[in-house]
Amino acid sequence: MPRRDDLSKILLIGSGPIVIGQAAEFDYSGTQACRVLRQEGYEVVLVNSNPATIMTDPEVATATYVEPLLPGPLEQVIARERPDALLPTLGGQTALNLAKALHENGTLERYGVELIGANYDAIDRAEDRERFRETMIDAGLRVPRSRIAHSLTEAQAALADVGLPMIVRPAFTLGGTGGGIVYSESELARVVGRGLDASPIHQVLLEESVLGWGEFELEVMRDRTDNVVIVCSIENLDPMGVHTGDSVCVAPQQTLTDRQYQALRDQAITVIRAIGVETGGSNVQFAVNAATDEIVVIEMNPRVSRSSALASKATGVPIAKIAARLAVGYTLQEIPNDITRATPASFEPAIDYCVVKWPRFAFEKFPGAEPGLTTHMKSVGEAMAIGRTFKQAFAKALRSRELDSRPVFPADDETLLERVAGASSERFDHLLEALRRGHPVAELHRRTSIDPWFLHELAELVADPQAPFAGERTFKAVDTCAAEFAASTPYYYSGWERVASNEVRRGERPSVVILGSGPNRIGQGIEFDYCCVHAAQTVRESGRDAVMINCNPETVSTDYDTSDRLYFEPLTLDDVLGVCELEQPEGVVVQFGGQTPLKLAQGLADAGVRILGTGTEAIDIAEDRARFGPLLDGLGYKAPPYATATCAQEALHRAPGVGFPLLVRPSYVLGGRAMEIVYSVDGLRGYLERVVSESGRDIYLDRFLEDSIEVDVDALCDREDVWIGGIMQHVEEAGVHSGDSACVLPPHSLGEDMLQQIREQTRGIALALGVEGLINVQFAIHDGDLYVIEANPRASRTVPFVSKAIGLPLAKLACRILLGERIADFGLPRDTANGHVCVKEAVLPFDRFAGADALLGPEMRSTGEVMGIARDFPTAFAKAQAAAGSRLPQTGTVFITVADRDKPAATGIAGQLHDLGFRLIATRGTAQALNRMGIPAQAINKIGEGSPHVVDWIESGSVDLVINTPVGTGARTDGYEIRAAAVARRIPCITTLSGGMAAMRAIAAAAAHGEPEVVSLQELYPEATPAS
Amino acid sequence: MKPATAYVLLEDGFRLDGLACGADAPAVGEIVFTTSMSGYQEAISDPSYAGQLIAFTYPQIGNYGVSSAAMESDRIHARAAIMRAAVDRDDAPSAEQGWLEWLTGCGVPAITDLDTRALVRHIRDAGAMKGGVFPARVTESEARALIEAEPPMAGRDLARDVSPGDAVRLDSITGSSGPLLAVIDTGVKASIVRELRARGARVTLHPCTASAEELLAEDPDAIFLANGPGDPAAVDYVVRTVRELVGRRPVYGICLGHQLLCRAVGLETYKLPFGHHGANHPVKDLTTGRTEITSQNHGFAVLGPGGARTIDDDRPVRWETDFGAAELTHVNLYDRTVEGLRLLDVPGATVQYHPEAGPGPHDSLYLFDRFVSEIAANA
Repeated sequence: MPRRDDLSKILLIGSGPIVIGQAAEFDYSGTQACRVLRQEGYEVVLVNSNPATIMTDPEVATATYVEPLLPGPLEQVIARERPDALLPTLGGQTALNLAKALHENGTLERYGVELIGANYDAIDRAEDRERFRETMIDAGLRVPRSRIAHSLTEAQAALADVGLPMIVRPAFTLGGTGGGIVYSESELARVVGRGLDASPIHQVLLEESVLGWGEFELEVMRDRTDNVVIVCSIENLDPMGVHTGDSVCVAPQQTLTDRQYQALRDQAITVIRAIGVETGGSNVQFAVNAATDEIVVIEMNPRVSRSSALASKATGVPIAKIAARLAVGYTLQEIPNDITRATPASFEPAIDYCVVKWPRFAFEKFPGAEPGLTTHMKSVGEAMAIGRTFKQAFAKALRSRELDSRPVFPADDETLLERVAGASSERFDHLLEALRRGHPVAELHRRTSIDPWFLHELAELVADPQAPFAGERTFKAVDTCAAEFAASTPYYYSGWERVASNEVRRGERPSVVILGSGPNRIGQGIEFDYCCVHAAQTVRESGRDAVMINCNPETVSTDYDTSDRLYFEPLTLDDVLGVCELEQPEGVVVQFGGQTPLKLAQGLADAGVRILGTGTEAIDIAEDRARFGPLLDGLGYKAPPYATATCAQEALHRAPGVGFPLLVRPSYVLGGRAMEIVYSVDGLRGYLERVVSESGRDIYLDRFLEDSIEVDVDALCDREDVWIGGIMQHVEEAGVHSGDSACVLPPHSLGEDMLQQIREQTRGIALALGVEGLINVQFAIHDGDLYVIEANPRASRTVPFVSKAIGLPLAKLACRILLGERIADFGLPRDTANGHVCVKEAVLPFDRFAGADALLGPEMRSTGEVMGIARDFPTAFAKAQAAAGSRLPQTGTVFITVADRDKPAATGIAGQLHDLGFRLIATRGTAQALNRMGIPAQAINKIGEGSPHVVDWIESGSVDLVINTPVGTGARTDGYEIRAAAVARRIPCITTLSGGMAAMRAIAAAAAHGEPEVVSLQELYPEATPAS
Repeated sequence: MKPATAYVLLEDGFRLDGLACGADAPAVGEIVFTTSMSGYQEAISDPSYAGQLIAFTYPQIGNYGVSSAAMESDRIHARAAIMRAAVDRDDAPSAEQGWLEWLTGCGVPAITDLDTRALVRHIRDAGAMKGGVFPARVTESEARALIEAEPPMAGRDLARDVSPGDAVRLDSITGSSGPLLAVIDTGVKASIVRELRARGARVTLHPCTASAEELLAEDPDAIFLANGPGDPAAVDYVVRTVRELVGRRPVYGICLGHQLLCRAVGLETYKLPFGHHGANHPVKDLTTGRTEITSQNHGFAVLGPGGARTIDDDRPVRWETDFGAAELTHVNLYDRTVEGLRLLDVPGATVQYHPEAGPGPHDSLYLFDRFVSEIAANA
């Protein structure tokens, strides 16, 4: 069946900010879909609130809206653009839920928009637990015994039927948010309550536990003529009970017999047909008891997913690309296999290697959070590795993780074995240690239920870790067909064989190697992948071959279409040098992938590999306070007093000289890892005891400038010229990590004199360091003076945001400098102002880490970001808040409690909110302060003053906005309980006064002007959009 | 690295070293590769692999051990297993024995720890050829002599070697007395027999040398042409038998059986460069437009009525035979070779691929329903 000619304009919804459970994989799938649909001659309208995505680059879609992913803005976009169809299956759960909402509120029908890919009924059948279960049973498949509950009472009644342990799955949440396991009756109320709260329809599924069974996933594709293929099977090493996103996984499946595997395949096909996904990819999860041949269907996603991104990277089959073509009418046999070009997409890949995926966790950033793994996903990223054998792949995946610190193993075996038994982020490290200590496979199997096959393989790996890497390194192609046909797509991995037999076809053109950023983690996310993709595009445009090295399967950079050659490799010195030896590149680009490639720069330079752009010397000066301080002194720029210590003793000795409060951190960190503000010698001692023992690095002490305004600058430098790309003013005061702070471009409250100083100093630092490419400088304005906080001679997290805000691709321009061009040749405008204000807001994962304090601080904790664009700051801020998931209320009740020093300023905010019609409630002290100024505020109890206290108010749903500035952090404070309750109820919770001020102004603006208008990037920057 | 204890040598001199992991003996024959990622035991016990050494493209082979339920015949037919990372463990729930222990016990040589992908790429480019697996103590010139002594696959009748000496009668598994099928057993897979019997059919497995009269003696409702090894052109005696049966009874067949019916109605067969061996080939049914993912295991293929190697159109190819009109009904979407035949004026249909799977996907199991119901309708 050919392409549908009755459609001309298609609306695509992205997945919004990176959150746990929904990451860069949807930029990968969405970008592929946009490109394919445009190649097919369709106009594509894209809505995504996340600026750090390739899909929102203005040349990718016909019209790109960086707007909140909410029904209101979407309806505006539909009214303006009048698309014929909506393709909801490529933007994760967010897009699916939004499409469902637009159907339910009549928008799609009103504007005549057809859902393609999956219709409403199919989505509902897959997503509604009860309907899914009925559909499976009707199709003759087994599902775990289960009951639906809408209340605690119903849950208690269901207990007898379902039995313990019992899995709790909330309906309509992504990545299993709010899910959990009930082991004993006493846990029922807590776990079920959390699940009911997390579900937008207050529905949970209570399910028979199949803990310990094997967990398998199949990636299925179907076309309009009902042809179905399985792209890949994935086996979880962690048995059932751990979310698949948190499991170590292998592809293809290893332990099932052909007969068992074919039974899964048959059932997966039955599932996609029964659910009625007409076209595209779906993911079906099974639990298998291999001893009894029992199979139960766990769930299916009627859309592309994290697993399908993994399956695409594992097999070379571009699932999203094919899904987009299927959605517009093609059949599988009409779509060519990209890799062989000679064969059609209606086939199942044959793999002749092993793929292992490791999740990347960030528990260290959330002290107090429950460390165990459950059905509620907690990992923030993943690394994938390909090897000729399972052992090669597993060992490569281990080193791809780039752990900041090695796990510490308990000395006594029993404790070790207990840690092995429970699923945790370090389970497999402990398991390997247990094998090292000689614990037998049978015992470990008994304790973990991990399939003995894996345990045997790991035992052999532990016995001789180097054995899989004996022989010669040889690069093999990922070709979808186990070499049965010649492949034309250059996607490679390293294997080790007795004799090398390289398959890389390195042409005559010079190549440039771009080092990616490895697994996503907090502090190093999709922003850097965005920059790496831009670097690859620029290298290709320059007539050179772009060579990408990365190990993150979620990304656009590891799409084989992005570069001329993709090497799916760990980002270690040895692995990178292996590629360089073969490629003999003109140079290596290290400044776009965050800290990961930067750490390799010196080693590469020492090995004789040329680093393009800013050299290792400049990197070192910027990072080494002992060298950077004198550089600033020489330029006559101010910096907060600082000191560097090599040990805890020295740090304590030097601290008084610097002066408190102190910002303290170990050297070479990203995302403010282990960065804290301490107010006294005792505080510092406590910090050093907790943190320094694990790092062994230098300790940096900086005076913390309280109540200052922070400013971030991204600029280009070619050693002669400097061009300021953007100056961003932080909304939160200094002390909140720049990655977690909302920021505004252009600055909303800085005078021209100050801006001029900022430009001058940025210029001075860039030239003094000898930067070639990008530099990011952070400043603080304190008592009217400008202080340099730090300079990073590399792409920063804000590069995509700035690029979207000014309509110029900073990373591409920087890459052109690396390749020898000069800023003077670019014809860049002196002023990038365009009449719009852009606000970036961070998205935080506190709802994932029950027990951790939901408070902003110097350690970065956000996983992603959104952007709000409007003609004025308050409206842009309101859009950014809405896009970040904490939509500001227009009416209702505001709870205010602030530290004494904040009371005068809080009074102004509260007065305005009162005038806007909000009811104010406050703790006694704050209420008195407000009442004294004539602002009515009802005093309510603190927690210690008895019920009903503040947390009761929040939990009962009586509060719509919380303004709470902290007086101390950590557990057991009232502030902690208040913030935790607000996070649990998804109530906007503002923890800084400047944030409160911005929120108040945003609410006022919305009250005056109504729902903000949507605007496309192409309208903002008509001249910046290249013809395509 | 462990020093090499065995090697693979091809007749063109291509050599790869590895570790011996099966019986300590040389094995020679045609080296073919299969891309199926599971089902190693089914493959190696499939009589169609007689005379061949199997190189597995999937590296980890042996993961779940071996069990009697996975046998496709009563013994191993392939001459050796060539693997990247052989596994010998017996603690999978269904395992009765470890894979390598079993191979060794059965006297089948095997080699592991060699670059199977390099071997496959060589065969893909140079074509399937004779070769062998040799213990390191066998010198290369001795090995070369052994390879030279092996007859080429083209022109070879291997069906006779794997066919039973006497007819074997099997009742249906369901207990019902459905249609009776006379199977010309050129090396039938257990899965085929099981699928037929599971649908109520009773089958008699005849030696491939049985005459038409012997086959008709029991008054079967249909004739079934089995899969099997070797060159279809070398078993003209079976083709002659089939010509006597077409029109008198419905004739169905799989793989070699397909090639034999095609030859019986006047088509030629030829040797593919490296054959089709795997579980992922898309085959399109030209009469319905549907695509199935199929299990494949054949080194020879059928030429179209004009001698064409491929079917370039998406319509069935129709022509007149000695038995009336016929259609080529199925095409392999990888290389557009012939995958199915249907006779239009007399009952008869065959497929080149393996609807019985074993190993492989079950997309085409419905063909057995069709065979059995058509036989019942014609009976």
